[in-house]
Amino acid sequence: MIAKPPFETVVAAHGATVLRVCRAVLGAADADDAWSETFLSAMKAYEDLPADADVRAWLVTIAHRKAIDVTRAAARRPIPVAETPETAAVACDLDLDLTDALAGLPPKQQQSVTYHFLAGLPYADVAAIVGGSADAARRAASDGIASLRRTYPGGGARKGAPDEHA
Amino acid sequence: MNTHDDLTRALARAYPETPGHLHRLRDRLAAAAQRDGILDVAYRTVDSPVGPLLLAATELGLVRVAYDSEDHGTVLQSLSERISPRILDAPARLDATARELEEYFAGHRQAFDVALDWRLAAGFRRTVLYQLADIGYGQTATYAKVAQLAGNPKAVRAVGTACATNPLPVVVPCHRVVRSDGGMGGYLGGVDAKRTLLALEAAA
Repeated sequence: MIAKPPFETVVAAHGATVLRVCRAVLGAADADDAWSETFLSAMKAYEDLPADADVRAWLVTIAHRKAIDVTRAAARRPIPVAETPETAAVACDLDLDLTDALAGLPPKQQQSVTYHFLAGLPYADVAAIVGGSADAARRAASDGIASLRRTYPGGGARKGAPDEHA
Repeated sequence: MNTHDDLTRALARAYPETPGHLHRLRDRLAAAAQRDGILDVAYRTVDSPVGPLLLAATELGLVRVAYDSEDHGTVLQSLSERISPRILDAPARLDATARELEEYFAGHRQAFDVALDWRLAAGFRRTVLYQLADIGYGQTATYAKVAQLAGNPKAVRAVGTACATNPLPVVVPCHRVVRSDGGMGGYLGGVDAKRTLLALEAAA
């Protein structure tokens, strides 16, 4: 029998990946709550997880569900009128950086790109999370990348990172 | 495919890791797990004159103190198997223990008041460990004497085993048990650690 490692090991190994996933599919504002909800749920269910399960795929699956919950809750909230002009201005800004470009993709493309390229899951696992076949997930990710390349022609160039002042 | 790789690399960099931020999220997780009653084992490490000590506690109390020589990773894995895998590095539950240990190592405390969870010691071994509280600070007792106190004078070797497998060293003072011929005897934290603790208590 493979003994299950302490949950702390799971947090240490996958905490950064799950945070990237939450930021990519939800944006920075809601990512922290989704991260907390994900690991709290995972910790509750951890004892019942089969010892040979792929922990990363399991965590991304939970994060995906939490992100849907957060998005639905946000949709039910009334739109704050005062913020609308600024939000619109940001959305119309042509000087988008990559995170904005990813945030602007249709949900299935955005999720497929995130779970495959940011979380490193194979397309079979991505398909199990977003629904449909592995081929469909591969096409969605490929379409998403193509779209990112159009809105983000710089490819490797990066600007506007909040924590760097190079 | 260079441009493809460039874009995916840029994606990975677009959400840079910020350790301080993750650390805060982990603290929040520990607090939420404690609040929801799912933090089965909380642990932290403290520095001490006998090296880094791992402290682990269940909801019932301190369940494990481990020397560096026992390998803390191995000890945590064992706690995961024997108690529960719902284990987090969550210092808050060990605050009182850490404070009392600090006072003890400074020579300002002679006995520990924190609640103990004895589940990792069973049967005669637990009976033996219970007796150790009666050996006062700065005193020693022989393995034979402890066997007698535990109600089985012939079980001298079993007393040695109980001390060698004490899940709560320092707090449950197996370092005060010595050989009848005046020798110090072994110690799970190493003979140097035993000598350090006995010298500390003799000096205070």
